[in-house]
Amino acid sequence: MPTNAVTATRTGPGFDERPVTPSRRRRPGDGLAGYLFLSPWIVGMLLLTIGPMAASLYLSFTDYNLFTTPEWIGIDNYRRLFDDSRWLRSVQVTGMYVLLAVPVKLAAALAVAMLLNSQRRGQGIYRAAFYGPSLIGASVSVAIVWKALFSDDAAVDRLLSMVGIRTGGWVGNPDFSLLMLVLLAAWQFGAPMVIFLAGLKQVPRELYEAAEVDGAGRWRRFWSVTVPMISPVIFFNLLLETINSFQIFTSAYVIGGRNGSPAGSTLFYTVYLYDRGFTDFRMGYASAMAWMLLLGVGLVTAMLFRTARGWVHYSGDNR
Amino acid sequence: MSSSGQGATNPAGIGAGRRRAGRRRRWGSIGWHLAALALLAVILYPVAWVVSASFTPSASIIGDLELLPRDPTTDNYRRAAEGMAGISVWRFFWNSTVLAVLAVVGTVASSALAGYAFARLRFRGRSTMFVLMISTLLLPFHVLIVPQYAVFQNLGLVDTYAPLLLGKFLAAEAFFVFLMVQFMRNIPNELDESARIDGAGQWGTFWHIILPLSRPAMITTAIFTFIWTWNDFLGPLIYLSTPDKYPLPLALQLYIDQTTLSDYGALMAMSMLALLPVIGFFLFFQRFLVEGVSTSGLKG
Repeated sequence: MPTNAVTATRTGPGFDERPVTPSRRRRPGDGLAGYLFLSPWIVGMLLLTIGPMAASLYLSFTDYNLFTTPEWIGIDNYRRLFDDSRWLRSVQVTGMYVLLAVPVKLAAALAVAMLLNSQRRGQGIYRAAFYGPSLIGASVSVAIVWKALFSDDAAVDRLLSMVGIRTGGWVGNPDFSLLMLVLLAAWQFGAPMVIFLAGLKQVPRELYEAAEVDGAGRWRRFWSVTVPMISPVIFFNLLLETINSFQIFTSAYVIGGRNGSPAGSTLFYTVYLYDRGFTDFRMGYASAMAWMLLLGVGLVTAMLFRTARGWVHYSGDNR
Repeated sequence: MSSSGQGATNPAGIGAGRRRAGRRRRWGSIGWHLAALALLAVILYPVAWVVSASFTPSASIIGDLELLPRDPTTDNYRRAAEGMAGISVWRFFWNSTVLAVLAVVGTVASSALAGYAFARLRFRGRSTMFVLMISTLLLPFHVLIVPQYAVFQNLGLVDTYAPLLLGKFLAAEAFFVFLMVQFMRNIPNELDESARIDGAGQWGTFWHIILPLSRPAMITTAIFTFIWTWNDFLGPLIYLSTPDKYPLPLALQLYIDQTTLSDYGALMAMSMLALLPVIGFFLFFQRFLVEGVSTSGLKG
């Protein structure tokens, strides 16, 4: 396949302006066929995305418990959020998690990608094996295994006490429980790693040779050649991992339960949203929470795009 | 990027230098493999541990670091198969399979249709709709769940599989539409131009030319959809309330709630059963999976 992650990062508005090929023109009959082929998607978009989005925005200004008609209360839901200590807690927990999990995971992904980027026998097997955890990491099974491994007196606890660190198990310790979930995220470094590898393969070898002739050491070559050359891929991974990390649910719910135990240390935003909406049936409140999440993710995404101008370099014609 | 190749400048002579560089390269290679294998051992330890734990008697699972159970037993699997609340584990397995297979059919079909329209056809509003499609990639699912739930509730479809599957048949997963578009854009135009000259209509072109050539994208979509649906937890958690409709992840959660972790052995065996199809898919299709990630940015 000629496409790769680098081209994927260049998509977004504007991507579609280029014609498929210069010879491609609109032909009679394309129009109707286009709408027909697209009809499932159009129905889905209206029914499952645009409609619900509008409804969710409306509901966020109402008191709604699913069984009675929504009652308009203006911005009360939003105002209440800031007096809700559990909401504030969930913002804090999720923010900490994103700040920790994203860099740790991406650093691991890049390090292993660099390791695998040299020509060695069996490289494909290593690549696949390192990717493996990414596939199962988000499952309930792995969350259960994680919980077992990090329990009091279980594998991790025992290994740490051998070197003199006593944690009393990470599952029950509010100081460590978040870190345990960060490690679970980092363990799934395989997906960004594969994307990094695709990017690294595109860096021309001559650049490294030229840098070496100029006397650049390993570290210097990494910062002056590798990082700028793969910066679009770094940005792509950063964006995707950040957006995904905000939405962590399964592992948090399985390990920490609805209340984010111990002591609210794993009360992630989506866990609290689920609890409010689908346990307490406070659907208006949950909708307001969802819109605050969208706002938060949107703000962070916009900030990433803004800083990207300074450090993401697109080679070639695109910018 | 190894720092070998300085042999030519070695004053001791070209031949000796090359031999030394070759030896250094061999040692470097062994060192590389050792490092990679050590890392792999750490990464795969949890997977190996759950395999072992599923054959270890319940009482001694926690606290066991070893990967070979001292007195292996299949008791855990026997108890896991009995399931819970009078429902056999195979029932949950079957439910997961039905959900995943239907999801695959729906997603592959609807994404291929949408992909063809976006990639190969020109019509009014296409660019706008494409941007719309791409922007849903960034949209948190949580913004939609409350109204979606309300709608399905009013239609009387809660506690059925409809809410979990409808989106799959309506190309709601933008990643896969995008994957199809990327793939179909790169099929040479001459192929369908000539089909057109031979009298094929849009459907004929799609069915006989584009679809067969898009098989790799379809396989990638199918595998990822299967695995994601198999692992999905939030959707079933919200929509299903009757235990005998539960897929495996929800059954696992139910089991934790019911036994309050007293029977770790059966839990590990059930976890293994839930992981097996995914691991199987991984072993069979790992090339497609890895390629799929590197070409489209699909996540695991």
